[in-house]
Order: sequence, then C-alpha cells, then structure tokens
Amino acid sequence: MNALRTTIEEIYGLFVDDGSYALLILVWLAVAALGFGRAPGGASWGGPVFFLGLAALLLENVIRSARKIAQERAGQSL
Amino acid sequence: MINWAHAGPSALAAFLASLVEFVEALTIILAVGTVRGWRPAIIGTIAGVALLTLLVLIFGPALQQIPLHDLQLFIGTLLLLFGMRWLRKAILRSAGLVGLHDEEAIYQKQTLKLSEGREIVRERLDMVAVATTFKATVLEGLEVVFIVIAVGATGHMLVPAGLAAAAAGIVVIVLGFILHKPLALVPENTLKFAVGIILSTFGAFWIGEGLQFHWPAEDLSLLGLACGFLIVALLAVWLARRIDAAFTLETGSVTSNGAQKIEEGVHS
Repeated sequence: MNALRTTIEEIYGLFVDDGSYALLILVWLAVAALGFGRAPGGASWGGPVFFLGLAALLLENVIRSARKIAQERAGQSL
Repeated sequence: MINWAHAGPSALAAFLASLVEFVEALTIILAVGTVRGWRPAIIGTIAGVALLTLLVLIFGPALQQIPLHDLQLFIGTLLLLFGMRWLRKAILRSAGLVGLHDEEAIYQKQTLKLSEGREIVRERLDMVAVATTFKATVLEGLEVVFIVIAVGATGHMLVPAGLAAAAAGIVVIVLGFILHKPLALVPENTLKFAVGIILSTFGAFWIGEGLQFHWPAEDLSLLGLACGFLIVALLAVWLARRIDAAFTLETGSVTSNGAQKIEEGVHS
C-alpha cells in the first residue's frame, strides 16, 4: 500500500511541482480549447497566441518563485 | 526505413531526457551494488525492466485505439506539464536560486543509508537491496517510457524515439561500468534546460494540432516554438538573477546599516 502510494506520488510529481503553475497551464489550455480556438479565424492565430500565453505563465511563475526564494534567503541571513 | 532528418527532433529529445533519467537510476544502482552486493542490485534492476516492458506491451497498443486528435491533445498536455515543470526548475537552478542535482551527494547518502543493517543479511537474498534498485528502475524508467511514448506516439516516431532512449541507456551503462562511480560530471541542469525546452515545444505543438490550429509553416513551427521557449527561458534566468541580486543587495545594506548603528551605539 505504501509502495503504491509512493508510486502515485512520484507519477503525480512528474507533472506537477508547483500546483498553481500546473493549474494555470491547464486553465490556459481550456481557454484555448473552448475560447479562442472556437473564435472566428481562431484556428489560424490560435497556435501563436497559445504559445504567448504559456511564455507569460512561465515568466510570471519564475518571477514569483524567485521573489519568494530570495525573500526567504534574506530572512535567514538577517 | 527511418527518415532521420524528420525523426531527429523526437530522437534527440528522447535521447537527452532518457540520459538524465538513466544517470539518476545508475547512481542508486551503483550505491546498492557497492554496499549490498551486485546480485540483489542486478535482480532488482532486471525485475524493474521486466515490469516496465510489461506496462509498455499492455498500454502501448491501447494508444493506437485513441483517435489522433484526442491522442495529440492528451499526450501534448502531459508533455507540456512535464516540460514546463523541468524548464521552470532548470531556470531557477541556472539562476542559482535552487541547488543543483548532485549525483555524488546522492550516491554518498544512499551508500550511508544502505550500510545500516548490512551485517544482518548475508546468506539470503537481500530484499532491501532488490527493492531499492527495483523502485529506482521503475520510477526513472517510467519517465523514460513516458518520454518515448510522448515524443514518438503522435508523429509515428516511436521506433526512432525508442532507439534513441536505448542508446542513452547503453551510453550510461557503459560509462557506469567503466568508471564504476556516479556520473557526476554530466551537465544535468544544462540537459534538463534543453529537454525542458524540447518537451514544452512538442507539448505546445501537439496541443495545437489536437485543437486543429493551423501552425504557420506547419512542422517547421517546431523550430520557431523551440526558439521562442529558449528566448523566454533565458529572459527568465536573467530576471531571476536580477531579483536575487536586488534582494541580496537590500539585505546587505540592511545588515550593514544595522551593524553601523550598533557600532555608533558602542562609541556613544
């Protein structure tokens, strides 16, 4: 039972590290599928727009994580 | 006949990603073999490989039954989550905010852990050693299997991706056999950075295909997406370094101000 739980946790960990980051990626995917993917002409500009959204999510998460880690470090050194 | 020019990106992604996973598995297998003996280490590894083979044989053909667009969307989503996670971590590591993966330290830790209770098991099969290598092989191997299926299944590239992963396995096994120590010199974060970009690229591309977007320049869009992810990742590293430097500077000035005040207090 313990081994099964560890395996499930490891598999989950393959895809999810920061929960909010993974959730936002999935939300953006849903927006692409249900929103602009169905908009007029969406098929032609959908791909590049989808990429730009992913780029924004990555940058936002790195900035947020960097601030958090740097803040924790600063707190430790004080 | 495999068209390697077309299969190149899938094969490269599978090779590099598998290389990282095999290095991680080798570290644990070497630690077990050195401390608890090679027989249980090899038995655990073979059992792990057998389970993985069984899983591939069961689930591999099932993938062929899924309609193409659904398969592209499903695999693309998993690839994107997997790739973006690797890329995020590689960026934070490159910026010096998260510690690097140290194979030597992991080897030492495993060796120490496995040394405990070593005397008890001498005659019978050492089940702790078997279980440790079995677990390492299955968990790291699952990632290899997933990567091979993910980069190969949607574009009929399973064979080149599988061959590339096998080549990575052979490289790691041969190096491990020759060196007899963990492959600490493999630039793991650089590999993870590159693989993160490749997997995110494939993920975004397959999702687009699954949603029936028309990528400009079709398959050549993969190159454009990879360049895009690379630029964004490099920008993210630069930003993360600046944020860290800014906080360090702030803390330094606060600390030195505090020290100055204490000094002033002592003098007055």
